[in-house]
Amino acid sequence: MRSKALVLAAVLTLSACGGAGETPATGGGGSGDPAPGVTDDTVLIGTHQPLTGPAAPGYSTISAGAKAMYSHINDNGGIHGRKIEYRVEDDGYNPTRTVEVVKKLVLQDEVFAIVGGLGTPTHSKVVDFLNTEGVPDLLVASGALMWDDPAKSRMTFGFQVDYTREGKILGDYIAKTFPDAKVGVFHQNDDVGRDGMAGLEKHVTITSAQGYDPANTDVLPQITALKQAGADVVVCECVPAFTALAILTSARIGYKPKFVVSSIGADPRTLTGLLSEFGKRAGAEVSAPQLLTGLIGAGYLPDVNLTSDPWTALFREVHQKYIPDVPLTNTVVYGMAQAYTFAQALKEAGRDLTREGIIKVMESGVLTGPGLTPFAFSPESHSGYTGAYVFTINADGNTTVVQEPVVTDRGDGPIEPAPTGRKTPSDIGLVG
Amino acid sequence: MDLTTLLLSGLALGAIYAALGLSLVIIFRATQMVNFAQPALALVCAYLAFAVNRATGGYWLGFIVAIVAGGVLGALTERLLIRPLKDRGPLSPVIVTLGLLLVLQAVAGMIWTAEPQSFPYAFDFRGAFSPASLFAVVVVLVTAGAILLLFKFTTIGLRMRAAAFRPEVAALVGVRVGRMLTIGWTLAAAVGALAGLLAAPPFIHPTVMDTVFVYALTAAVIGGLDNAIGTVIGGFLLGIVLSLVSGYLGAELVTLAALAILVVVLSVRPDGLFGQRVARRV
Amino acid sequence: MLRHLLLALAALAAIVALTFLVDPFTNIRIATVGYLLLAVAGLTVLTGLTGQISLGHGAFLFIGAYTVALLVVYVPSLPFWVDLLAAAAAAGLAGVLTGAAAARLHGPYLAGATLALAVGLPAITQRFPDFLGGSNGLGFTVNSKPAGIDIPSTQWQAWIVWLTVLAALVLLANLTRGRVGRRLRAVRDDEVAAGLAGIHVGRTKITAFLVSAVCGGLAGGLQAFLLGTAAPGSFTPALSLGLLAAMVLGGVGSLWGALWGAVALVALQAGTEELAHALELGTDVANNLPLAAYGVVLIAVVMAFPQGIHGLVRRMRPVKPEGAA
Repeated sequence: MRSKALVLAAVLTLSACGGAGETPATGGGGSGDPAPGVTDDTVLIGTHQPLTGPAAPGYSTISAGAKAMYSHINDNGGIHGRKIEYRVEDDGYNPTRTVEVVKKLVLQDEVFAIVGGLGTPTHSKVVDFLNTEGVPDLLVASGALMWDDPAKSRMTFGFQVDYTREGKILGDYIAKTFPDAKVGVFHQNDDVGRDGMAGLEKHVTITSAQGYDPANTDVLPQITALKQAGADVVVCECVPAFTALAILTSARIGYKPKFVVSSIGADPRTLTGLLSEFGKRAGAEVSAPQLLTGLIGAGYLPDVNLTSDPWTALFREVHQKYIPDVPLTNTVVYGMAQAYTFAQALKEAGRDLTREGIIKVMESGVLTGPGLTPFAFSPESHSGYTGAYVFTINADGNTTVVQEPVVTDRGDGPIEPAPTGRKTPSDIGLVG
Repeated sequence: MDLTTLLLSGLALGAIYAALGLSLVIIFRATQMVNFAQPALALVCAYLAFAVNRATGGYWLGFIVAIVAGGVLGALTERLLIRPLKDRGPLSPVIVTLGLLLVLQAVAGMIWTAEPQSFPYAFDFRGAFSPASLFAVVVVLVTAGAILLLFKFTTIGLRMRAAAFRPEVAALVGVRVGRMLTIGWTLAAAVGALAGLLAAPPFIHPTVMDTVFVYALTAAVIGGLDNAIGTVIGGFLLGIVLSLVSGYLGAELVTLAALAILVVVLSVRPDGLFGQRVARRV
Repeated sequence: MLRHLLLALAALAAIVALTFLVDPFTNIRIATVGYLLLAVAGLTVLTGLTGQISLGHGAFLFIGAYTVALLVVYVPSLPFWVDLLAAAAAAGLAGVLTGAAAARLHGPYLAGATLALAVGLPAITQRFPDFLGGSNGLGFTVNSKPAGIDIPSTQWQAWIVWLTVLAALVLLANLTRGRVGRRLRAVRDDEVAAGLAGIHVGRTKITAFLVSAVCGGLAGGLQAFLLGTAAPGSFTPALSLGLLAAMVLGGVGSLWGALWGAVALVALQAGTEELAHALELGTDVANNLPLAAYGVVLIAVVMAFPQGIHGLVRRMRPVKPEGAA
């Protein structure tokens, strides 16, 4: 027994110390050996977000939401008596900067964990470093598939539903609801589009796929091509600004397909805001409600308009108290949900906090969180949310769920109803 | 792909490049430099229009405020930042205007956040060649024509040209050179504000003018930096060619295409299609 | 030559000693200063000595970084120094081509063309997403530390970066002090007179582009080595403009100026970030504060100190007969 424990400790120490010499020992250390970033009354975590530069539009409010949630938790006594200190570094969506700021967070600020690092091109460059250093890399803010590789990257865990799972769910919904429709795709020219289409194609045949480059806002050629291909349904695998551009450009050329939008670009409030100014000068047909009514979207977190949901009630309360000036969108909710999920893991890890401890909690599957589908978290899978619900936008800007939450895998597995009986904030009892 | 659609769309895009390019040319003619702060000046003006629009619910008051603000900002920039650098060689103004670009973009982000926000078109944007596109093309052509008339046929235009190209001689014959430069910057930044108002829709955010600036400078270089008409032609040409590239070859090739066009044009005509070969000062 | 070599050796010894005194992250900052110094030094040759204003220097860093990245990923057996030489060669080739195309261009035309280069070139990655990684770019780890050297990897990286940078600088210093340097300056001061004096102006400009691009390519390769990434999002026009700004901040036309510029660039970034954290401002203000501060410093330094930091340093100490290169 004793020798086994020693071997385990040695292995853990070795794996943690991998490349660099000054990595603080993690795991197995017990109470006498606190983890980096952890003191008696604080735990320091870091993240990298695009706060300025070309990619900031659309993402810059995530960390505002997370910060508000951490303030809420801290003002209610923190977790196990520790306040969560949340350090946000701006990487401008530049991978070089990402590597610099993450190394700074780990080597100089000595954060306990990186939580919600944002973006595929950016975060993919620090996964190896964080795993070599043994730094928990939790709830990555991207739906790419690569965060789920526990054999190679044990410290890394996803958060949002991955693009392929979501593509499958949307493809299945389209096949059932519009069996005779020609399906076109308007997608971002990267893994968002590639992985999303891989899922879609399991259920529908794609008539025309048109990519866009986030730096080029002239999408008329792509939308014209979709129109000419005769697509009746257009799936947008894109960020909100490009969903809105696709909708506007379609209106411009008199093209009226059914838009089906993946969760990253389907937030009704953001879209309504983006489209709010056009009805005034160009007639009621292009007012935001007219353009958005009937749009189909996917989601995995409770919608801000769902006031009956106990989680939404909590998010609204936190928003009202800490960041009333930031418009409450599903992007803000995303940051809040992510922060809440991390805090929950922290709570489960106990007062005796170690890096290994929190990884064990993540893999244990106890996390439930605010989402409507479960996490895939287990020792074998580090995927985040496993499914989504499908909704449609009503004329009043609210949403109606048209397909209850379903879960699936990334392969050829079935699409099944998500387990019901989601825990509420008071069930979890994180604070107070 | 529908050729007419692409051509008309390119024409509307080209109007924006032409407008911002025009503002670069006016400054180049006045002070022999490229104003790298121009996109940020235009951005701030567009944001001012945005704020006025939101407050009043209209469009044209914001439009006027933006143009006037552009003129004021241009004059201030010339007086406070550019004039002190008069005898400093070509690099200092580049860096100072770059610094101003960063400051103005940061201030815009501080006030109006980094998030994209809805910005209206002047008119209905629907149709292959919408009223909004028509407005953009017409207003740019009219502005370019007015500027040409100003430079060619008015006393003040003549004085501005004299102040720019022979400042010592101009001063000797009684032209107030400094004032002429300020007027040039005022005019240029007002035209830049117009470009901002045309470029901002549908969504405004702090970096919305960045790519527009790259294409506007490309247009000005293609057309000839000292030639307003050449730059306007260059802007429309670039808009159309890039629209065709995007439609027929792929959206990701647009920036490469701009580079290719520039290389081709400059290898044949190092001073742009319509630029004048400046005699070397020995 | 000997004097430069001795100076470089002393500098290397000082930096190695310094890396033992600081934490692992500061070693990354030290290495960052190194590769930025080399990039700015390259720009100094082109813009400072030859008078060619380039807004596209980042394109050469892009080429260098991708050369190293591709060799590490696809030809992992090559030793690192071969990768670096290849990065220098690839960037040098691009430099000659750019120089040949740009030799006839003047002032703002050159600026516009090089800006288009900085914007256009990284778009190649979108055209060949399988080979170049698309917008995600390439991520990798460069293994160069021999087994048995027991120091933190960031410290080792700082050594390698500075060894390369100083070697390149010695060559550069000798080059700019010699006949080539005199030709470059002659072309900057007066193209017509230089031509009359028998200097081939076009060829001289191409040489300047070549030297500058090799430095840029090496810097890009070192950046890839240090940070393990090559992605289009790292090589935006902001990088090129930042390098130009660093050169002017440091002091145009001198390799010492390049050093001060690189130090200023890194220090400014670190300082303004700390400022934003320390002030705890509302998010939108705090987020944009580093950008604003950077802009203000650029304006203030250029307005107040025309000779840059190097000019300031020189003014503060007695002038030596043999001023820095």
